Amino acid sequence: MKQSLWLALMALSVPLFSQDDLLKELEQSEKPKIEYTSSTFKGSRLVNGQTVETKGKGELEFIFSHRFGALNSGSYNLFGLDQAYVRLGLEYGITDHLGVGFGRNSFDKTMDGYLRYRFLRQSSGARNMPVTVTAFVNGAIKTSPEELPVGQIYSDRLSYTGQLLIARKFSPGFSLQVMPTIIHRNAVDKTTEDNDLIALGMGGRLKVTRSIALTSEYYYRMSVKDGNQFRNSLGVGIDIETGGHVFQLVLTNAQGITERAFIGETTGDFFAGDIHLGFNVTRTFQVKRKK
Amino acid sequence: MKLITIFLFLFSASWCAAQKMTAEKTFVSFFSKASIEDIKAENTKAMSIFNSETMDIVFSIPIKDFEFDKALMKEHFNEKYLESEKFPKATFAGKVSGFSNETSGEQAATAKGKMTIHGVSREIEVPGTIMIESGKVVVKAVFKIKLVDYSVTIPQLLWKNIAEEVEVKIDFVYKAP
Repeated sequence: MKQSLWLALMALSVPLFSQDDLLKELEQSEKPKIEYTSSTFKGSRLVNGQTVETKGKGELEFIFSHRFGALNSGSYNLFGLDQAYVRLGLEYGITDHLGVGFGRNSFDKTMDGYLRYRFLRQSSGARNMPVTVTAFVNGAIKTSPEELPVGQIYSDRLSYTGQLLIARKFSPGFSLQVMPTIIHRNAVDKTTEDNDLIALGMGGRLKVTRSIALTSEYYYRMSVKDGNQFRNSLGVGIDIETGGHVFQLVLTNAQGITERAFIGETTGDFFAGDIHLGFNVTRTFQVKRKK
Repeated sequence: MKLITIFLFLFSASWCAAQKMTAEKTFVSFFSKASIEDIKAENTKAMSIFNSETMDIVFSIPIKDFEFDKALMKEHFNEKYLESEKFPKATFAGKVSGFSNETSGEQAATAKGKMTIHGVSREIEVPGTIMIESGKVVVKAVFKIKLVDYSVTIPQLLWKNIAEEVEVKIDFVYKAP
């Protein structure tokens, strides 16, 4: 009895043994491969600073950034809207992992050039890698004031930044990034600053919808001399994506848009209302087609 | 007697297995014509099994392996439309009919079964051709897919960029057992 029941069951299972099982068989026969995580962040900027993202090969990104004056500057200045600093920038993807960019920020009339190289990609499957890591280096030159101050040489206007951007996409909607940073200034006011500044940045992104995400970023300066008048930079933002454009609306206590300025020389106190409304608008063009 | 039945069953199962062919070369592409720009993508990483005895056919297409002309298209396709982290594969499991496995040359055939894209399964019927050549079987099909059928929604600002219907082409080459 038992056996015949078993047989009947087997016989019944024959029709089932077709397509869905075949599909399972197909999936089991698949060799494990490396599944790379993509789109940890929407753009190349988190709020003020960089993200691990690189442009695809042959992509050119135009970045237009704007920081208004402080919200607490009163109605006379239309709460900061009367005054603004702009950075115009371009970034190009030489490969999918190596990018080069430059830009000019009207804050201190600074020009900057940079390279970013993504050398680790978060992945699962055949190779498990918990994080994506991109190295970022830049050189920047302040061209203001027009005349060199007495006693300075031209190279005193230079500064350099080195960053490791380490990010993990925890879920499709949530990513975190830490950014150990070193900034070298050729010349500083030695009474309140050292030439080298070490900082640790932290930031994240939380997607609200497919096209909208909330972002935040904080840079904590680890080597600060007594009497230093600058503050750590803090920013929050909203990323809105529409096709080839990404609009980032930000609120931050920093007004400069190059690393030296916002990490090292932020003067605003976020919680006292020294908040600058700003935006980054990026437009991506595919200059060179793939293949 | 019962034992014989079991043996028969086991034997027939293994004999069926011998008719199972795994695709050794696959090509899947889609094309979407829209007012602003045409979008096309190609994928050579699909996997398929065709059983010429039971006429069962299954295939599985990894979404992340669709390659586009523009890096941003690929990103949007994966991030926003197909949500490939949640739904990494598009699959089909069905049966082929209207075809004789004894005749060689190209024959029209129809595959009927369950297509799963973006986590949504639908019963569909796909017309195509099957060609039996020396030592291999070639299955081809061209069909249209409506994005709404699979809950693929396009943000309003983008709808002009993407057609609501895309044309999918598949081309699988199986090695005969």
